[in-house]
Amino acid sequence: MIPSRFVSLWPLPALLAALLVPWLPGMPAFWVTLANYTGISAIVAIGLVVLTGIGGMTSFGQATILGLGAYTTAVLSKYYDVSPWLGLPAGLVVTAAGAALLGAITVRLSGHYLALGTIAWSVGLYYTFANLDLLGRNDGIPGIPPLSILDVKLLDGRASFSVIWIGVILAALATNNLLDSRAGRAIRALRGGSVAAASFGVDTPRARLLAFVYAALLAGSAGWLYAHMQRSVNPTPFGFYPSIQYLLMTVIGGAAHVPGALLGAILVTTVNDRLQDILPRLFGARGNYETIVFGMLLIAVLQWAPNGLWPLIARVRPRRRPIRPDAARLPLRTMPPAGSALLEVSGLRRSFGGLVAVNDVDFGLAAGEIVGLIGPNGAGKSTTFNLVTGVDTPNAGRVRFQGRDITGLPARGIAEAGIARTFQHVKLVPTMSVIENVAIGAHLRGHASAIAGLLRLDRAEDARLYAEAARQLVRVGLAEAADRPATALPLGQQRIVEIARALCLDPVLLLLDEPAAGLRHHEKAELAALLRRLRAEGVSILLVEHDMEFVMGLVDRLVVMDFGTKLAEGPAEQVRQDPRVIEAYLGSVA
Amino acid sequence: MSVLAIDNLSVAYGGITALDGVSLAVGAGQIVTVIGPNGAGKSTLLNAAMGILPAGGTIRFGDTNLAGMKVAARVQAGMSLVPEKRELFATMSVEDNLRLGFYRHRGAGRRAMLAALEEVFALFPRLRERRRQDAGTLSGGERQMLAMGRALMARPRLLMLDEPSLGLAPLIVRDIFHTITALRKTGVAILLIEQNARAALQVADHAYVLETGRVTFAGDSAALAADPRIVEMYLGKNPG
Amino acid sequence: MDSTILLILLQDGAVNGAIYALLALSLVLVFAVTRVIYVAQGEFVAYGALTYAALDGGQLPGSVWLLCGLGVAAFIAGLWQGRGQTDAGLLLRLGLETVLLPGAVALLAIWLAPLKPGMLVEVALTLAIVTPMSPLLYRIAFQPLADAPVLVLLIAAVALHLALTGLGLVFFGPEGFRAPAFSEAILTVGPLTIPGQALWIGGLTLALMVALFGFFGRTLTGKALRATAVNRLGARLVGIPTERAGLIAFALAGFIGALSGVLIVPLTTVYYDSGFMIGLRGFTAAIIGGLGSYPGAVLAAVLVGVAESFSSFWASAFKEVIVFTAIIPVLLWRSLRHGSTEEEE
Repeated sequence: MIPSRFVSLWPLPALLAALLVPWLPGMPAFWVTLANYTGISAIVAIGLVVLTGIGGMTSFGQATILGLGAYTTAVLSKYYDVSPWLGLPAGLVVTAAGAALLGAITVRLSGHYLALGTIAWSVGLYYTFANLDLLGRNDGIPGIPPLSILDVKLLDGRASFSVIWIGVILAALATNNLLDSRAGRAIRALRGGSVAAASFGVDTPRARLLAFVYAALLAGSAGWLYAHMQRSVNPTPFGFYPSIQYLLMTVIGGAAHVPGALLGAILVTTVNDRLQDILPRLFGARGNYETIVFGMLLIAVLQWAPNGLWPLIARVRPRRRPIRPDAARLPLRTMPPAGSALLEVSGLRRSFGGLVAVNDVDFGLAAGEIVGLIGPNGAGKSTTFNLVTGVDTPNAGRVRFQGRDITGLPARGIAEAGIARTFQHVKLVPTMSVIENVAIGAHLRGHASAIAGLLRLDRAEDARLYAEAARQLVRVGLAEAADRPATALPLGQQRIVEIARALCLDPVLLLLDEPAAGLRHHEKAELAALLRRLRAEGVSILLVEHDMEFVMGLVDRLVVMDFGTKLAEGPAEQVRQDPRVIEAYLGSVA
Repeated sequence: MSVLAIDNLSVAYGGITALDGVSLAVGAGQIVTVIGPNGAGKSTLLNAAMGILPAGGTIRFGDTNLAGMKVAARVQAGMSLVPEKRELFATMSVEDNLRLGFYRHRGAGRRAMLAALEEVFALFPRLRERRRQDAGTLSGGERQMLAMGRALMARPRLLMLDEPSLGLAPLIVRDIFHTITALRKTGVAILLIEQNARAALQVADHAYVLETGRVTFAGDSAALAADPRIVEMYLGKNPG
Repeated sequence: MDSTILLILLQDGAVNGAIYALLALSLVLVFAVTRVIYVAQGEFVAYGALTYAALDGGQLPGSVWLLCGLGVAAFIAGLWQGRGQTDAGLLLRLGLETVLLPGAVALLAIWLAPLKPGMLVEVALTLAIVTPMSPLLYRIAFQPLADAPVLVLLIAAVALHLALTGLGLVFFGPEGFRAPAFSEAILTVGPLTIPGQALWIGGLTLALMVALFGFFGRTLTGKALRATAVNRLGARLVGIPTERAGLIAFALAGFIGALSGVLIVPLTTVYYDSGFMIGLRGFTAAIIGGLGSYPGAVLAAVLVGVAESFSSFWASAFKEVIVFTAIIPVLLWRSLRHGSTEEEE
């Protein structure tokens, strides 16, 4: 087993290999060419890992974006004598602008609409390439100048090899950096559901757009490499079919893993090459047999190895990161003085069709209190909870928080106001470790941009976010589970992880949605002890519960709901004796 | 002879054990209830019995071992589930919803279908009034009636009800429980999941208490209703 | 532009639009019942057209062998998926639908093809050869993925499209074909001359829509299909085998695709890969209509057809660009109206 600190040094030997391998004596030129195509494909596929495997979106137009990058540099370097090196930034600007425009239109849509949109614009752009005189119509642009270093033209495939594979290394590094940064965690958080991500302040459409543009930038750079290696472009490699091939590489390799993209690119490019060689000999020249094989292969992979091959050959574990306990603490909010009014709900109303789920409900909560909102199933507790947390909007009524009207704010606005929540059905990101999940909670307390993340300029801040996440894990007593995959924990601990994540927001108020549901006896006791401790530390808590036994002796006050209306409110013992409450709970037979 | 015999049933998903070695039986013509707190696994139990969720252990329906049988096959065998969320065909008429409930007997002819429809209308006269309306426009209570009516159209040997009183006003809950009692006379066995424990224990012959995926109490429902531990579970312990 | 050209363009657009409407309808249906966005449906248009053209020329179409191959593959896939199942009835049904039926159709085709049995029989034979491929593909490709997210199903559908295009080249060859019109009659209404084929297309489209309307509104099978589309779990709970519903939806889509192919092959030369672009237009219409609305899809299809005929008049090189980018403003409108959506899991 290689110690992890050496694993992170992989770029050095990789760089050496990129420079030296093509010059090894006896290396067939044909292999070098194949490796060059593989490298270009790998860069596109790495982008698709971020977009599809991690962001959960699919693009059937990645080859077309590659074409944008390739045509930009081709036109500039051939017709305007611009240095090929400047073609890269120019191509990136064009692809970023194009992707931002297409993305702005489509990323808000649910998954399949986005994917269909990519088919549409991919076909549209392809025909644009094929019909514009400037781009040479179907013949394309021949005679593109090669890259050159100090007047030495990189005409040899072996020179291209070094450039391309350095590009692959950079793409992999940048992607790893991005995924390990604040912006990248926001993209990864999308997998835990948009609602969960938004309730920690993640701007979810923006995170999706970021994934989309990032994937496009990688495809655009691949296009630049392609244009100067191939030294001619025409529309064919930028159509729908090549786009599917890139998707195929990503899915086969393992859509959620950067090394999987590399594996997929190698497999598909090599197999494609062999098939084009072998199949016509077997079946005669009549047919695109490789499209048949690839189509069937893709379906087979989806059926039998939906997570791709990489997880089958390598043990994928969440990344580990050393925690820097010395990192400066993040600034803390000024908490309101104990006993001051924190949350005031008045006349809250929500109806669905004819059914009034929440009917003119009033209640309040003071700083430093634990209040339980209880009632039988279907009483309207969850709807009330959704109205307060910005998941749903009331038809009437007001929610005031620290004197400020927060009615109808979106989930992200509620988080910004200082309210953090947990979910009845635990929403942790399965592919992330416990501490990474918790760190998402601190999203609003960091400011580093995606670019800072890519370039590792965010390390000081990120260390502080991580140290905060570690501190909250210690606070809830789960420090030893920090590096485990979040969903490997038992349900009781997953709920505690959600509480740690909520605490990372440095909340004024903590909202817990049925925290005891499905917990075993001792787990409930531990949870109650934790909540008492948090109250002692000054955290205010509103919890929605069904379980009367759990809230008794824990909460300061109870609000009881039944049929959408408030049935009773007051100290727990008093409410418990209320005959109406007993009837609501045990039921009655008239 | 039991209509339904569940032995050592276990269900796990997402690393969470929802049911852990649950055994339970429903005799012919019996009403059996399962009560317990939220998240105890009550709905999971019914969904596993119906084949919606994969489960370990054995489930027998009459003489048939249900292993590997799909939901549709279990309906064909004579099981019906009224799920917690009702799962009606919202954009289709009440009558179409009911007619589709007869899918099990689709070969039996129009006359048999109409007879079944009449029986359901007799049980729930409100549905007759609403027969042309889309199911999505019904009130909460009417939806529950339609869901039960649709299940009864299949003339099942075992009817499984998941929280039939959920979110309904007290008067309607009373109606629903009257209907459940009335169904006893038709000979259908009923497995009832309820959080309205008192009402459930009153109509049932036999009861099980489910907590965190395990059966913690089982017995005659009258005895259970009198058990102070059950009352305590629902209203909480006296501190100190 | 004078009014005659305008009318001609409108008429062209409406004829094309009618075909796109049929395709859009079946796409909406398949999506509602199975959540599959059936990108590969366009291949059925090409297969239908080329099969009919071959039969018209007295040739045995290559698709007969493809049908047999798919049948055997579906049989094997069915045995694999049902391993552990001992139900003899199910096995019998599998064999009947995947081996016997395609085999019988193939024998029929081998017997009839050289006889040049006339238009009506040729159309019927074409439909009999091409339609069953669709449910066979459902068994092979989609049934094992029944619980997968929409996105995975979409990727599978795209992969299927890829494989089917390749198979089309193998079984039909690279040459394009065209068939004679159903009727050479020409109807003159004022300044308009309407060719018989256009009338056929319009009439059959309308008839098919009426038939579909009756099927979904009146028959139990149709209602069961609708029920599956409205609430899949609800459908399972009343005993509707939802995979059966999927098979029927796919069969309908295959039938409509093949029929569309037969209808357009007299109008334009069809190649093995022509289907995709035709299917994609049905698709555009279905998406513009919202993937959930049948009247919306039909209306949008006619619009797409008209947009196509006008853009081919003004800027024929950019015809495709114009037709497909028409989706983008619609998507924009949808995204503004609905805001962000929770992704399906």
